[in-house]
Amino acid sequence: MSSIKGIAASNGIAIAKAYRMEVPDLSYDKKDVDNPDKEVERFHEALDTSKQELEKIKNHALESLGEEKAEIFSAHLLVLSDPELIQPITDKIKNENVNAESALDETANMFIDMFKNMDNEYMRERAADIQDVTKRVMAHLLGVTFPDPALIDEEVVIVAEDLTPSDTAQLNKDFVKGFTTDIGGRTSHSAIMARSLEIPAVVGTKEVTDTINKGDMVIVDGIDGEVIVHPTDEQIETFKQKQARFEEKKEEWAKLKDEATVTSDNQHVELVSNIGTPDDVAGVLNNGGEGVGLYRTEFLYMGKSQLPTEEEQFEAYKSVLSQMKDKPVVVRTLDIGGDKELDYLDLPDEMNPFLGFRAIRLCLERDDIFRTQLRALLRASVYGNLKIMFPMIATLDEFRQAKSILDEEKQNLQNEGTDVSDKIEVGIMVEIPATAVMAKQFAKEVDFFSIGTNDLIQYTMAADRMNERVSYLYQPYNPAILNLINNVIEASHAEGKWTGMCGEMAGDEIAIPILLGLGLDEFSMSSTSILPARTQILSLSKEEMASYKDEILSMGTSEEVVEFVKSKAALQ
Amino acid sequence: MVEQTMKITSEDGVHARPATVLVQTAGAYKAEVSLEYNEKSVNLKSIMGIMSLGIPSGADVKLKAEGSDEEEALQAIVDTVKKENLGE
Repeated sequence: MSSIKGIAASNGIAIAKAYRMEVPDLSYDKKDVDNPDKEVERFHEALDTSKQELEKIKNHALESLGEEKAEIFSAHLLVLSDPELIQPITDKIKNENVNAESALDETANMFIDMFKNMDNEYMRERAADIQDVTKRVMAHLLGVTFPDPALIDEEVVIVAEDLTPSDTAQLNKDFVKGFTTDIGGRTSHSAIMARSLEIPAVVGTKEVTDTINKGDMVIVDGIDGEVIVHPTDEQIETFKQKQARFEEKKEEWAKLKDEATVTSDNQHVELVSNIGTPDDVAGVLNNGGEGVGLYRTEFLYMGKSQLPTEEEQFEAYKSVLSQMKDKPVVVRTLDIGGDKELDYLDLPDEMNPFLGFRAIRLCLERDDIFRTQLRALLRASVYGNLKIMFPMIATLDEFRQAKSILDEEKQNLQNEGTDVSDKIEVGIMVEIPATAVMAKQFAKEVDFFSIGTNDLIQYTMAADRMNERVSYLYQPYNPAILNLINNVIEASHAEGKWTGMCGEMAGDEIAIPILLGLGLDEFSMSSTSILPARTQILSLSKEEMASYKDEILSMGTSEEVVEFVKSKAALQ
Repeated sequence: MVEQTMKITSEDGVHARPATVLVQTAGAYKAEVSLEYNEKSVNLKSIMGIMSLGIPSGADVKLKAEGSDEEEALQAIVDTVKKENLGE
């Protein structure tokens, strides 16, 4: 057995066989064949197997992702039945006596080039579809396995370098017990997805794909960030017990599901969830979330070939709002750019994407995209308690521009006779230090703040959160960060407004006592963190925590803060 | 052989979803079905063929069917175009 350390990204323990998710080597040799008819037959077999797989994936996608996401697989299936693709391949095999691999590759490449060179962006993306499906056929011709997370039908732990949004969207929780990756951190996409799916995950191990082979028995300990390969029987037993204790704890937490979040001195704070899709609402309600503090709308735009329509967006927002009933739902407008790209927008590569053309900066320039989203939101507003939040606001002017576009669209809708709620609060994310410093001025104009700590920390410390060599600078408890947070909260309260936090920090057991003392009103976190956080808050006194505020804010280092909090707020 | 000309009225032209449905419909018949746009004719049973035309809104397309069930095939395609709000 061997043990690999990584970052605990999602709670729980998974014990299962390893499933390696990687694109296989699809290189081949161009060869002459003696029996072209037999080669054509071999090609058709590979084609049929691929079609059967795609049917299965399509059905799975229909069930778990809905009709719209499944459509792409219908198109893939049609490509594999396309006479204009199949005929030239079989002709080539017969006329040139070449093997199926080279006939497929050369013919498909001809089409791929043709589509790539079209002046229509949409058509250029079809090239990727053809590439996708031909890779699958090629894998079958070569007799290598093509990884399909959607087709997994036994209990496994996924081992991968990293998982993409479309990979994670295909995961079936019944079989995928957990995953572990080489790269990533607590805030990377795969980690966030793991928590929203509630499956254990250890990320950023640097080496799991080197160490673990297909079928190896693996334990993923998402509580302490450890992966054990080839565990002994005793180890399996130990971890099963640890898992049982974790389940017990979860049951304890579950009892607090319908309880209010009040401190021991009877002060209420709001515990709400971060979500990415309407499907995540079930997790919010099951975990006793008092609302949605951050609805990331990016997923509506990702994994697609074109912008989502107003109607598609309206349906998604309406679904979230009506499921949440009168509970607050804070929707963040499109935050694309940075580490989240949209191929179909064709944005140029940037030297510093995190400091570049992203989020509100993009939306204000491409106001066609922005207006469509705002209209969908405004139309959905009558179905629940909507609050709109603009991301990456750096200046008052940006907020004013965004707000005036929102007001214009509201007016337009009303002129068209569409009902719009008149109680929509409009706020901003505070993730840029300039905005945190200027909170007093912002507080006069916004309805609320939500502090995005992941970005606020990386911008304040000037440390890329994806760069492992500077990861020591990712210091949530650094007094610099705490003073900025305090400034924002004080500014909002002075104007009778409220402040929430929607970064990872809001669910952190060391940060919670500090934030409570600073007067944070709303804590937004992964749904699975809500009940542990509620358990902790019930035992804390807000007044006591507030009495430490000045002392904590005057400290010199992150370590001092952590040590102090641990001594005051009974932590394990 | 039977044929009919139709005008594409859908705002997005012949896009992925309706194209998929058209090819599925054509594939259900024995007849050879083709679509002609801008002096180029493609096999309507080919998703790549039809998408390669990039048919925009406002285009006139000529549908042709030839084979034992050509009447039914053409009718089914015309119905699909209407049902998908592609054109008239």
